[in-house]
Amino acid sequence: MINKYQKQKAAFDQNQIGDGPLTEEQEIYRENIIDHYKNPHNKRKMDHCTFSRREFNPLCGDDVIMYVTIRNNFIGDAAFTGTGCAISQASVSLLTDQIKNKSLEEVKKMTRDDVVGMLGIPLSTVRLRCALLSLKALLKGIELWERGGK
Amino acid sequence: MNQTTKVKNVLPVFSITDFPILQQKVYGKRLIYLDNSATTQKPKPVLQAMNDYYEKHNANVHRAVHVLSQRATTLYEQAHEVVAKFIGAEAEEVIFTSGTTASLNLLAYSLCTDLEKGDEIILTEMEHHSNLVPWQQIAKEKNLVLKFIPLTKDYCLDLRQAKKMITTKTKIVSVTQMSNVLGTINPVPELVKLAHDVGAIFVVDAAQSVPHQSIDVKKLDCDFLAFSGHKMCGPTGMGVLYGKKHLLQKMKPFHYGGGMIREVRWDDSSWNDLPGKFEAGTPNIAGAVGLMEAIRYLEKVGMDNIEDHEHTLTAYALKKLSGISGLQIIGPASNPPTSLKQPTLLRGPVISFVIEGIHPHDLGEVLDKEGIAVRGGHHCAMPLMAKLGIAGTTRASFYFYNTDDDVDALVKAVKKAQELFG
Ligand SMILES: Cc1ncc(COP(=O)(O)O)c(C=O)c1O
Repeated sequence: MINKYQKQKAAFDQNQIGDGPLTEEQEIYRENIIDHYKNPHNKRKMDHCTFSRREFNPLCGDDVIMYVTIRNNFIGDAAFTGTGCAISQASVSLLTDQIKNKSLEEVKKMTRDDVVGMLGIPLSTVRLRCALLSLKALLKGIELWERGGK
Repeated sequence: MNQTTKVKNVLPVFSITDFPILQQKVYGKRLIYLDNSATTQKPKPVLQAMNDYYEKHNANVHRAVHVLSQRATTLYEQAHEVVAKFIGAEAEEVIFTSGTTASLNLLAYSLCTDLEKGDEIILTEMEHHSNLVPWQQIAKEKNLVLKFIPLTKDYCLDLRQAKKMITTKTKIVSVTQMSNVLGTINPVPELVKLAHDVGAIFVVDAAQSVPHQSIDVKKLDCDFLAFSGHKMCGPTGMGVLYGKKHLLQKMKPFHYGGGMIREVRWDDSSWNDLPGKFEAGTPNIAGAVGLMEAIRYLEKVGMDNIEDHEHTLTAYALKKLSGISGLQIIGPASNPPTSLKQPTLLRGPVISFVIEGIHPHDLGEVLDKEGIAVRGGHHCAMPLMAKLGIAGTTRASFYFYNTDDDVDALVKAVKKAQELFG
């Protein structure tokens, strides 16, 4: 994952943003992003979940609630509701897909680079916050649930 | 589509080459800067004046008799005079601060020291956080009552409510002259009269008005007026607080230290004359020089020309944008077709809008890739957004260097975004 992230980072030198015409690698609204935005996966409220966690980004108004059901230390089901920009919505749509049937241990190790790799687009510092909102909700949710003695 | 015969709306009295930053290309496209409510670009004479100051005259002010200090002091005092003349004030009534925010914090602190529990401060629902939070925090500390003049359906202040809200309990009324979100121009003279009729102090947040129209504080009869240099071709970190002399004389200083004192003993101090009393510490001298030069530049272009040009441009943009299906303008929908410089002028060159199905940040990002700089979000007015029931808007804001071409490019790019997300 790291390598992929670094490659994207190199294609997007923050100090030279806009120096030349946009290359294909710099394009962020790729078809799959727009697809996930318009037809998000797992966008529904889950009434009988193990935990839910809301994260809000006051800067952009991105607002995500993640619902997770845990069975035998595996993610049984994941869903979300909320509103926000295409990046935040695509990211949570992809993330809920990705974590299903994964072990809790595996999911807890997920980092920013995994999310960026999953999205597959170069992200500026500003947009990174949108992309990472869902992971933040997920990890915080797990942490609080575990601390709460399950 | 191509209107080749149309005479483009370009202000003829300055050269765009004065703005090096606007000459560049981004993503291989012409940079179109439409984020002027946030900050404006700086013309060469301003940059030159600040550079000259550091290369030739730099010294601390008021402190020494050497040649450099004399020059720096002269320039710094001259800057007060130029600003004063620009807004119809006296040099003593012009206090240099770091910006509108600093000016308003100074007022919230210094004006509220004598207020008592239950005294009322009246703001409006369209205030920028910097004309809201300072009052809110002082109000909490001193148990003062904050009230907000509501908006009408068409995004103007509800004057009937204002009349009811401003009473003998009111001690301070602080209102933005032009909203940085809605573009609404508020009827300051009427509001000043309401405030003065009950003996209240009237403060104008002029961050968005002074850059765009000629202002005469004596005609407005406001008690205080705050604005920022960076929104009018000047440098960042440089702002102004105008105040009526007799009020400034009565007020408590805000910052204490060097420069603002007359005499200091171990146990007490007395204060310098105006404006020094409110300018503690080594001031932003280069900033003052830059602001002075910015004002000279604006005066050369002509504030009336600027207002005329922006009025026409805004009307054109409103017409073009409101023709886009799925786009809703958040602000007064049109400029009344009155002649210019009428008190009835309803809005300035700030246009906020939302588009069905596209988040402001996504739109901003798509426009950016077309070379167009706009802003998306809550624009430092979160309570207003909550009231309007939206997370944010996309905002295009113009200055005199913008043209019809810029508006056409904006409209084209918005349509492109709609296709992408359609
Ligand atoms: C209406 C209004 N008031 C106050 C401010 C604050 O100005 P500054 O950030 O320069 O202190 C702004 C600028 O964003 C503004 O638009």
